[in-house]
Amino acid sequence: MKKTIALLTLAAALAAPMAAQAHRAWLAPTATTLSGTDAWVGFDAGMSNQVFNPDHAAMRLNGLAITAPDGSAVQPENAMQGRYRSTFDAHLTQNGTYKIANVSAGIMASYKLNGEQKRWRGAAAEYPAALPQGATDVQATRTASRIETFVTLNNPTDTVFKTTGEGLEMVPVTHPNDLVAGEPATFKLMNNGQPASGLEVTVARGGLRYRDNPEESTVMTGADGAFTVTWPEAGMYWLNASVRTEGQGETLGSNASYVAAMEVLP
Amino acid sequence: MRLLPIVITTVGLAAAAPAMAADLTVSVEIPRLNTASYHRPYVAVWIEKPDQSAERTLAIWYQQTRNNEGDGKDWLKDLRTWWRKGGRAMSLPADGVSGATRAPGRQTITVPAARLRNLQPGQYNIVVEAARELGGREVVRVPFRWGAANTGAGTGSTELGAVRVAVSR
Repeated sequence: MKKTIALLTLAAALAAPMAAQAHRAWLAPTATTLSGTDAWVGFDAGMSNQVFNPDHAAMRLNGLAITAPDGSAVQPENAMQGRYRSTFDAHLTQNGTYKIANVSAGIMASYKLNGEQKRWRGAAAEYPAALPQGATDVQATRTASRIETFVTLNNPTDTVFKTTGEGLEMVPVTHPNDLVAGEPATFKLMNNGQPASGLEVTVARGGLRYRDNPEESTVMTGADGAFTVTWPEAGMYWLNASVRTEGQGETLGSNASYVAAMEVLP
Repeated sequence: MRLLPIVITTVGLAAAAPAMAADLTVSVEIPRLNTASYHRPYVAVWIEKPDQSAERTLAIWYQQTRNNEGDGKDWLKDLRTWWRKGGRAMSLPADGVSGATRAPGRQTITVPAARLRNLQPGQYNIVVEAARELGGREVVRVPFRWGAANTGAGTGSTELGAVRVAVSR
């Protein structure tokens, strides 16, 4: 997946205004609101044009982390990579909200070697040492991708919403497992720990195969990075934003994206 | 002299039941449904403030045991409205509140005055929510006033029948 994301991100980066044309990455739970002493939730992860509709490429889950309410890591179980989707289960044994995130960060570079155009992708620590001797026309960008979703056993908690300060992250004002059709919900986007203002957030509902109108909407983040969505109806929603920062002198430019799947109940 | 016992009785009642000591009675009709695979519904009954926030849960009827399909609590979330508005914050089983699922017919809950001692007088709703395995979900709201005798009624159309609320005295 990292490679796929890299290529897609690169494609998006090369055709910056056309970024919306890239295949969409999603990580979708089979249920978000659970009760009982323990519960199992399954997850599908893929990339496709229609969100949550596996018909293009499975997501590689190299950066997958499931965080329990107490901050501990939960091991994914029954993991499988199919042609069009990767799946795994999580066994919820603690009360509260879990975060399931596939996160990747690194550096993507293009360069010329003996007149040939080449690409390199790797960890920030390896750059630029990992580029071959004699590389010219080096263009490098920091990348950060976060694809996540949330599930809750019994009462929701907010311990998993601590941000890392790296890349584009979401801080809920409304709990993401407390969403109901017709009610407004507010979330904040942070870029490297700072409010991400003026970003366009795409909101798309799943199930597009069974209707004609995409019913997609966009909303802008305010000065504090916050945006509000009033869910038109129940369903699984895909939220996405990305931000590009130009490089300055020694500092590399960056390309950060955020995706969340959120379930809205009737 | 024949009046005397009656007077005494009335005084006795008044003393035992001060102004606020009214009972709240809710009757819920669980419809009999002709369906191939009928399961008794999960039902929640709660008092709601006019802003639709939950005041307190009066009854929650769910499968009390674990069977080969899972624990009864696994499906409490299917009472979606109740779950979100307060059920998920409760610790179950709860004395005097939780109980087994009920059969079709009229089911009555009487909440004695003592349990509602700290309920402020005012306008409220009784909310009844039912969710059934292999069936649907329905919510019925019935307004009532706490602080004086009054009654209210509402009715469901699929998973619930008549819902009646009575505040005595």
